[in-house]
Amino acid sequence: MIRVILPVHLRTLARIDGEVKLDVIGPVTVRSVLDALEARYPMLGGTIRDHVTLERRAFVRFFACGEDLSLDPTEQALPESVARGQEPLMVVGAMAGG
Amino acid sequence: MSGVRVLVGTRKGAFVLTSDGKRKKWDIAGPHFAGWEMYHVKGSPADPNRLYASQTSGWFGQVVQRSSDGGKNWEPVGNKFVYDGTPGTHKWYDGTQHPWEFKRVWRLEPSLTDPDTVYAGVEDAAIFKTTDGGQNWTELPGLRSAKGDLWQPGAGGMGLHTIVLDPKQKDRIFVAISAGGAFRTDDGGKSWKPITKGLVSQFELPDPQAEVGHCVHSIAMHPARPNVLYMQKHWDVMRTDDAGDSWHEISGNLPTDFGFPIGVHAHEPDTVYVVPIKSDSEHYPPEGKLRVYRSRKGGNEWEPLTEGLPQSDCYVNVLRTAFGVDSLESCGVYFGTTGGQVYASADSGDHWTAIVRDLPAVLSVEVQTLK
Repeated sequence: MIRVILPVHLRTLARIDGEVKLDVIGPVTVRSVLDALEARYPMLGGTIRDHVTLERRAFVRFFACGEDLSLDPTEQALPESVARGQEPLMVVGAMAGG
Repeated sequence: MSGVRVLVGTRKGAFVLTSDGKRKKWDIAGPHFAGWEMYHVKGSPADPNRLYASQTSGWFGQVVQRSSDGGKNWEPVGNKFVYDGTPGTHKWYDGTQHPWEFKRVWRLEPSLTDPDTVYAGVEDAAIFKTTDGGQNWTELPGLRSAKGDLWQPGAGGMGLHTIVLDPKQKDRIFVAISAGGAFRTDDGGKSWKPITKGLVSQFELPDPQAEVGHCVHSIAMHPARPNVLYMQKHWDVMRTDDAGDSWHEISGNLPTDFGFPIGVHAHEPDTVYVVPIKSDSEHYPPEGKLRVYRSRKGGNEWEPLTEGLPQSDCYVNVLRTAFGVDSLESCGVYFGTTGGQVYASADSGDHWTAIVRDLPAVLSVEVQTLK
C-alpha cells in the first residue's frame, strides 16, 4: 500500500480527507503512483502532470524521505520505505510568488 | 416569482449572488473553489440550473466545474484541452515563431439550445467545443487557420475571451482574441474569417488596418438584432451593422475610448454601456470617478451614469467579462471591479448600489434571470 499526501487544493478538488492509500502494480515509481492516483481520481488528471507529455507541472514538486525527487526520472524506483508504505510520497505545491 | 442570479468569478474563488425580482436584498454564497482563479462562470440558456465554471491555478492548471442545481453543488468534468493535430506556431513577443501552448480557459459559452454543448475560449487563443457536458473537449481548428501564425500575444496573454452565438443563424459564431482580432464562422466553426474591416490600431500595429492583430477587448450583441455588434477595442468603441463585415467608430463624446467591457440593454438594442478607463497604461477611471457611460442611440452620444458610484478617489478597473444585464421588466445592469465590488442597477443604470463590496478582484460577472 503506497501512501500519498496531496496539497490542500488537490485534496479539496478530489474530495480526499487525509492521505491517499493506493495499490500500485509493478515497480513503485513516481509515474506508476501517479497512474494509480489518476485512475482512482480522474479529476486530478492534468493537475500534477501534463495530460499528454506526462511532464510534471512547473510548480509541483515530489518529496519522500526528506528528499526532493522532483528532478529524478519518473520511472526511477522510489525509496524502499515508500514502496513498503512506511513513508508517504508527498506532492507539494512549490512556494512561489512574493 | 422571478429572480436574479449573478455568477461572479474572482481571483480567489467564485460567488453566487441571488435576489428576488426587486433586487434589493442579496444572498451571497461562496467562495466556491476558494483560492483558485475563476476566470468565468456561466449558465446554460437552455437550462439555467446547469452552470459551468473555469477554475485555474498557476500551480495545478485548468479545471472545469459543472453544476446541475444552480451552483449549490459542483463536480469537476473534463480538463483535457489538446490542440488539434500538430499545434504549429504563432508569433512571439520578439517576432519569432513560438509553439502553441495551452494555459487556461478564459470563457465558457454554453449553447443557446443544448445544456451539454459548450464552447471554450482558451489561451493560447483557440476555441474548443464539448457536446457531452464538459467531459470531452475538441478543438475547432479552423479558427487558427485564419492567419493564426501572425497572432502575437499582448501583455495580458493571447486569450480568446469573447464568444457570441447568433440566435438566428445557428452556425454563426463571433469570437474575439486579445491582440488577435475578431473572427466569424458561418458554418458552425469549420472555417473562420477575420472581421476587422474598419478597425484602426495606429498605436499597436505596424499596419494600423491589418486584417489580424487588433486588440479587441469585448463584443456585445442584442439577440433581437444579431447583425449589429458593439465592440470595445483597446482604444475605440466600434459598431458594425453587417455582422462584422465593416465597422465604424462610435466613441463620440466619451471621456476616453479605452476600456474593457461593453454591454447592451436587455430590451433596447440601441442602448449600449461602456466603462471608460483612463488609458492603456493607467487602468482606472478618469479623474478617480467611476462612471458607466450609456448611449441610447447606438453610440456616439453618451451620458455618464454616476448615481451611487464613487465619484472621488476610485482607482479600480472593470475587466472585460465583468459586466452583464438581467432581462426583468426594468432592466438590471451589473458590473464587478478589481476592488472586489459588484455594483447593480435595477433601473437601466440610473441608480447603482454595491450589492457586495469586499470580494477578491472580480474577473467575471454573468447574470441569469430566473422565471
